[in-house]
Amino acid sequence: MAGERRGAAVEIAALRKEYVSAAGSVLALSGIDLSVSPGEFLCIVGPSGCGKSTLLRILAGLDTQTSGTINVDAAGWPVQNAMVFQESGLFPWMSVEANVGFGLMTRGVPPFEAAERVEAALKLVGLTKFRNHYPHQLSGGMRQRSAIARAFVTDPGMLLMDEPFAALDAQNRVILQAELVRIWEQTGKTVIYITHSIEEALLLGDRTVVMTAQPGRIKQIIDVPFPHPRNLMTLSASAEFGQMKLDIWRVLEAEVMRARAEEEK
Amino acid sequence: MNALSAKARERALYLISPVALLLIWQVVLMLGIGDRRFIPAPTDIAVRFWSLVENGELFLHVGATLWRVFAGFLAGSIPAVAVGLLMAMFKPVRIFVDPLIAAIFPIPKIALMPLLLLAFGFGDASKIALVAIAVFFPVVINTYTGAANIEKIFWDVARNYGASQTVLFTRIVFFGALPTIFAGLRIALAVSFIVLVAAEFVASKVGLGYMIWNSWELLQVDIMFVGIVAIGVLGLITSVLFQELERKVIPWKAE
Repeated sequence: MAGERRGAAVEIAALRKEYVSAAGSVLALSGIDLSVSPGEFLCIVGPSGCGKSTLLRILAGLDTQTSGTINVDAAGWPVQNAMVFQESGLFPWMSVEANVGFGLMTRGVPPFEAAERVEAALKLVGLTKFRNHYPHQLSGGMRQRSAIARAFVTDPGMLLMDEPFAALDAQNRVILQAELVRIWEQTGKTVIYITHSIEEALLLGDRTVVMTAQPGRIKQIIDVPFPHPRNLMTLSASAEFGQMKLDIWRVLEAEVMRARAEEEK
Repeated sequence: MNALSAKARERALYLISPVALLLIWQVVLMLGIGDRRFIPAPTDIAVRFWSLVENGELFLHVGATLWRVFAGFLAGSIPAVAVGLLMAMFKPVRIFVDPLIAAIFPIPKIALMPLLLLAFGFGDASKIALVAIAVFFPVVINTYTGAANIEKIFWDVARNYGASQTVLFTRIVFFGALPTIFAGLRIALAVSFIVLVAAEFVASKVGLGYMIWNSWELLQVDIMFVGIVAIGVLGLITSVLFQELERKVIPWKAE
């Protein structure tokens, strides 16, 4: 791993999020304590509605907590965080190039420098030939690649990813997962990655946080022992991997069932 | 190549109904059913059309009408787009402007013509002002609707990637609303012809509306028809040009 530069460190303490509306209040997150070390790839799994996306949105500054604190130390990084959304969120009216350079334009990076950085980011995700295309002319996989390039180009201390590959077909997902891990291994950024797939969490992450159904709490944090660099294909075929997947599923299963019972009430 | 000719063939089929209508019209009058002084045949209209082209009278009226539509369209739609975007971005603007729109939009704009004559006189300015007012409403409403319905994810992306208010306004809200703005502009284009011709009936000495009204008073029915056809043709041409413009300005709109 390209070592000297390590991503942002995150300290989350007693975080709580309550949505209050005329219909009543909903407790989305409760008692979240979590520390993420610089350069860590942390995955969060949980049943739908467990507030994992809310947690990410709070980290991204798109939502505010009801109480509790978040401390992000991204000293030495030009941008604290950049988010990759589930549906790419590329602007349909901008070319791939303009989309990728968006976070540089907003921050007043001089055009010449921005063009160079966009070029490098496009190369990183293999989209140089598609720079002038509009998003609707790209496949789902290419759109998500562009979104990843848009996040990396700003050089954030921390990447926030909200099920970025959930909408892709299985082959594309595998390819993009491998690319993401490769890029992450090169850049040493901290990644917080939301997924509903245990397999994905184990393939990509250093640790996996399992969350409870509503209200979202941290049920368990599991260290993923597989060393980097990883070969995702051979890793996913190993017996050890299968066993871990099963162990985590047992933890998660109870929560999924509880969430379902909650929905059917 | 094949697909192209198939498309051309389909377009040609579109001509069947109007050509058939003209033919029936012509034949019926040639058979002596109906009075050609009051209902001229298509050929009579064509002959008159040509004579008005030759003596330049038609271009005088077409020019006056087109200039008023063009000027009024710009004068109405540019502020409408600005106000619509501001309404979507800033709640106080919306609260201030919304009731005004609700109150003034339903007033038939032609009812404002006497007022505008008082304010701007009998020249072009009063007609241009009327078109501008009529154009303003569909455009402001469409702009606001388009801007207010921009998908939430685009706001999220913009905020997360550090967009300022200016960037939000010029790069996100404007472009996000553009397809809906164009739908509003297309309606406004038709509206501008409608109100302008009505205004020219009573408050002008030149223009296609004047030409139609004047020929009615002189019972020159063939000239009346030339005026009506000319408006239809102008509407068609401007609308086709407009679609071309839309394709240029909104290249990301999926075909």
